[in-house]
Amino acid sequence: MAIALVLVLVVVGSVVFHFLSPWWWTPIASNWDYIDNTIIISFWITGVVFAAVVLFMAYCVFRFRHREGNRAAYEPENQRLERWLTVVTAVGVTALLVPGLFVWSRFVTVPSDATELEVVAQQWQWSFRLPGKDGKLGTSDTRIVSAENPLGIVPSDPNGQDDIVVEAADLHLPVGKPVKVLLRSIDVLHDFYIPEFRAKMDMIPGSVTYFWFTPTRTGTFQVLCAELCGQGHPLMHGVAVVDTEQDYLAWVGQQQTFAQLSAPQKTGSAARSTESTTASGLDVAAKLETPEAR
Amino acid sequence: MVDITPADAVPPAEVAEVELYHPHSWWTKYVFSQDAKVIAIQYSATATAIGLVALVLSWLMRLQLGFPGTFDFITPEAYYQFITVHGMIMVIYLLTALFLGGFGNYLIPLMVGARDMVFPYVNMLSYWVYLLAVLVLVSSFFAPGGPTGAGWTLYPPQAIMTGTPGGQDWGIILMLSSLILFIIGFTMGGLNYVVTVLQGRTRGMTLMRLPLTVWGIFTATVMALLAFPALFVACVMMLLDRVLGTSFFMPAIVEMGQQLQHNGGSPILFQHLFWFFGHPEVYIVALPAFGIVSDLISTHARKNIFGYRMMVWAIIAIGALSFVVWAHHMYVSGMHPYFGFFFATTTLIIAIPTAIKVYNWVLTLWRGDIHLTIPMLFALAFIVTFVNGGLTGLFLGNVVVDVPLSDTMFVVAHFHMVMGVAPILVIFGAIYHWYPKVTGRMLDETLGRFHFWVTFLGAYLIFFPMHYLGLMGIPRRYAELTDMTIMTESAHHLNSFISIMAFIVGFAQMVFLFNLIWSIRHGRQAGGNPWRATTLEWQTPETPPAHGNFGKELPIVYRWAYDYSVPGAKQDFIPQNVPGSFGLGPSREPA
Repeated sequence: MAIALVLVLVVVGSVVFHFLSPWWWTPIASNWDYIDNTIIISFWITGVVFAAVVLFMAYCVFRFRHREGNRAAYEPENQRLERWLTVVTAVGVTALLVPGLFVWSRFVTVPSDATELEVVAQQWQWSFRLPGKDGKLGTSDTRIVSAENPLGIVPSDPNGQDDIVVEAADLHLPVGKPVKVLLRSIDVLHDFYIPEFRAKMDMIPGSVTYFWFTPTRTGTFQVLCAELCGQGHPLMHGVAVVDTEQDYLAWVGQQQTFAQLSAPQKTGSAARSTESTTASGLDVAAKLETPEAR
Repeated sequence: MVDITPADAVPPAEVAEVELYHPHSWWTKYVFSQDAKVIAIQYSATATAIGLVALVLSWLMRLQLGFPGTFDFITPEAYYQFITVHGMIMVIYLLTALFLGGFGNYLIPLMVGARDMVFPYVNMLSYWVYLLAVLVLVSSFFAPGGPTGAGWTLYPPQAIMTGTPGGQDWGIILMLSSLILFIIGFTMGGLNYVVTVLQGRTRGMTLMRLPLTVWGIFTATVMALLAFPALFVACVMMLLDRVLGTSFFMPAIVEMGQQLQHNGGSPILFQHLFWFFGHPEVYIVALPAFGIVSDLISTHARKNIFGYRMMVWAIIAIGALSFVVWAHHMYVSGMHPYFGFFFATTTLIIAIPTAIKVYNWVLTLWRGDIHLTIPMLFALAFIVTFVNGGLTGLFLGNVVVDVPLSDTMFVVAHFHMVMGVAPILVIFGAIYHWYPKVTGRMLDETLGRFHFWVTFLGAYLIFFPMHYLGLMGIPRRYAELTDMTIMTESAHHLNSFISIMAFIVGFAQMVFLFNLIWSIRHGRQAGGNPWRATTLEWQTPETPPAHGNFGKELPIVYRWAYDYSVPGAKQDFIPQNVPGSFGLGPSREPA
């Protein structure tokens, strides 16, 4: 008997929790409100099924609990009912799948006007590369990564010379412009994840993966790594700033290109930037090693 | 000189085959036993012991997540070792071993009316190799560098690199070796289960008269025999990458500024191999639970399982479909995006046979005579948690919905609910149900009810709210949740709450263990068939069943396993070995 009541309470409690608890998704900052809507559809369909099944169970337990002299009915099969339930389930599943696949086809279809942006991950920091004036990113190769060329940009590729390199610093993006994010890792798996943008994708050493999105509001967002990448994983934070067009252009103007960074006369600034990178990498390592040393 | 005639070397045909295999010493009876029932208990005890280690590890993780910064000894390194070993133990060394090695060994021969497994010696070896696998896993705690901290998915490259605990020490080598041993041990047992079901059934036990427990375990075993080889291959290749420096999974890599010697390998190939095993593995755990819970519900609701044939076909359909859904674990892995269309479709289709099973369980309750025994309570709780966890699976299986939720606490909540809590509730129900057959005594009722309520409600309170942390975007596998802008103060409080619930639920398991041990001597005498059940294991001449299970003559099966409340029958159940049409057979009181 108590169990029938508890089953009802589980349903009521879950529904109340769903609507009243303060834990909900972050305010969206990209075009992927399609995804949020698909989640809402999923919550409705699955919520109704959950409530229906558990409440029906609660009713059965209450109504058909054992009492002296009771005897169960004998009904091995009821093919009509079974067929009917199968069809209803299939309809429900289709109602989930169709919008899901529709949004997925948008997710995998990058708009032709999207600008490219490269994110390069390593244990445990983020770097970024933007195409220069030519709008093209130069080729890259993990095997030529070094302290002087931390992203492994191929120097012989002219497309790479004007690429803007943002090493272990904040990323800026213009609001309202679709971006195709190319993802690369030079060591282990990582995953470029900004909760407010909803989208995420793993980065695989040896491959280039991608996703796209359009930032829809300005603001500063935290970049998280969402694929276990070793002991520094939870500390692998970064910052992405969505700017107005004007602020963005101002920021781009301050950045250095690959050519500037690798040119001999700029050695001083390049060395400085490398140092700061190393330092931030070491910070994480130091933080990790402290408890170990004890 | 004595003439040895063939008649001396070959025992006379009148001596029953089984007589030749009776153990003759304490060692062969209790330690190196070839009796499936003893092997089942050995498997179960070992799985429970190692499961306790995993439980303690989960407490340590929850200490860190619930009260960050309070416990200095839980370094990120240690935290990752805890999650890895916790996950691996729970999925492989506890759930798989307990359902197949434990319940499979005990129930298959008894339920199909066989004297033992078909290959008892190989069956015995299976257990000892499993024990060795467990010991190798445990030894990694004492190896230099400790166990691996690569996460239970062991994704390369990080699994074999310095940035991961155990990556360049012994941890990963011992982990992979242990898995290889486990698979070898399982294969020996698994072949037994399959052949026994196919070839060892007693007269009259047609496939469509098998109890659903046997159908669930049988199908799961077939799947495991097909799925584990993929993991085996992946483990061998990664071991070669780690030990010999090959590059199966290792591309060109710069590690902390150093170029490694690897080149040309594919990290994502490992993921495909791992999940080709890993997804069927979910159902390897779930199908035995499905089968067992069907029998618990039917027996304790005194009603035939609704839609038996549909239930069998659903088990087979789920088993087959589960081999074409693996990449739904990899929607954001960077595999070709068009795979998403295919795998989302197959994944959601699998919801249909699964839903049919749920409907048939609740329809079995409809117009039943529901005895709210402890096994029945656990079965009801299983349906709640399984439906809950199954439905969130529709979120994660629906490719685009998975994108924001993947790698967050939502996933952790989902899989714990659906393949942690739900199957374990079935295991508990099954233990309360079959303990009287194994020991001859009932488990204590009061302790059992306490155990049930705390476990069911506690586990729900742990994992239901956890979904919403994932919805917020809180990533999984974070040793610390500090310095995160999305992590609100209230989310930290929720984490503390979840941790406290985890300690309480863990404590309830200690009560259960006490009950298990205490009742062996002090439990109420059960008799041969305390639940008045129809299946053959309850019809044995002795309880606990002796070696050979059925005394002199094997039972003959005249009916399916679900003749409960048959109209016209005197009792509300007719055992499978009772001949005659409804209600007319001679009644045979169980011993």
